[in-house]
Amino acid sequence: MGKLTIGVFSSLVGGTTLDFSIRLAKAAKDKGHDVYVWTSGNGTMLSKTGQRAFKDYSYLAKICEELAAKGVEFVACEACAEARGYHKEDTFSVFKRHSMDWYLAKCCQSDKILHIGGE
Amino acid sequence: MARKLKQLYLVQRPPIKSENPKLAYTHAMASQTAEIYLEDGEEVIPTLAMVGDGVYNVVNNQQLMKHYGLNSNENHVQMALLIDLKVLVCKEDLEARGISADRLADGSALGADMTIEVVPFSEIQKEMEATDQILCF
Repeated sequence: MGKLTIGVFSSLVGGTTLDFSIRLAKAAKDKGHDVYVWTSGNGTMLSKTGQRAFKDYSYLAKICEELAAKGVEFVACEACAEARGYHKEDTFSVFKRHSMDWYLAKCCQSDKILHIGGE
Repeated sequence: MARKLKQLYLVQRPPIKSENPKLAYTHAMASQTAEIYLEDGEEVIPTLAMVGDGVYNVVNNQQLMKHYGLNSNENHVQMALLIDLKVLVCKEDLEARGISADRLADGSALGADMTIEVVPFSEIQKEMEATDQILCF
């Protein structure tokens, strides 16, 4: 099995790109791959704790918890999160926070990288 | 396994309107500190390429600091040159927008030895073919 890193820069609310990315992570994990998810820019919205499920907005917290329990690693760009007022104490429990060099290193160490751009 | 990874940051969006070009610069420059996560022999070698409206990112004399108190992408390209990153700009896309080469950012004031390279798209295409990964911003 391979190592897959997904870098996603799109926001949780306003489109379904992030939904697609997380479902892609699930599909890869279900096939047995090691999966790493990097969120940057507006994608860091996913790392904010306290998301509530509404039918009119994307809600990915539950699937992220399930994937984290299976070993998917979720990391948010610390600077992008801080710029948006998402501080360490606001971080969703499945997320770690690192600087951008973590993503570049994972790009180097993964078999495949899927870089999914933002708005 | 030791790996020297070549990445091409392909910037298509204009500055100010989108966060993406700024993220291209900051991610590319993070290659300088990626070694803390890398094994011996591993290295990330980024190149930046401006195409389409992305060429506006490297126009000089941007006044974002004056009007909004923010670093412009001109500052980011100067920093990228200072740390010896290769920055390519598409000649045809500059010409299409009426931007002459003498209007491009210059890192020499910061002490950069590298300069922006204005190249035909065919050269950027060769870079795309030669790189391991292309990241679009």
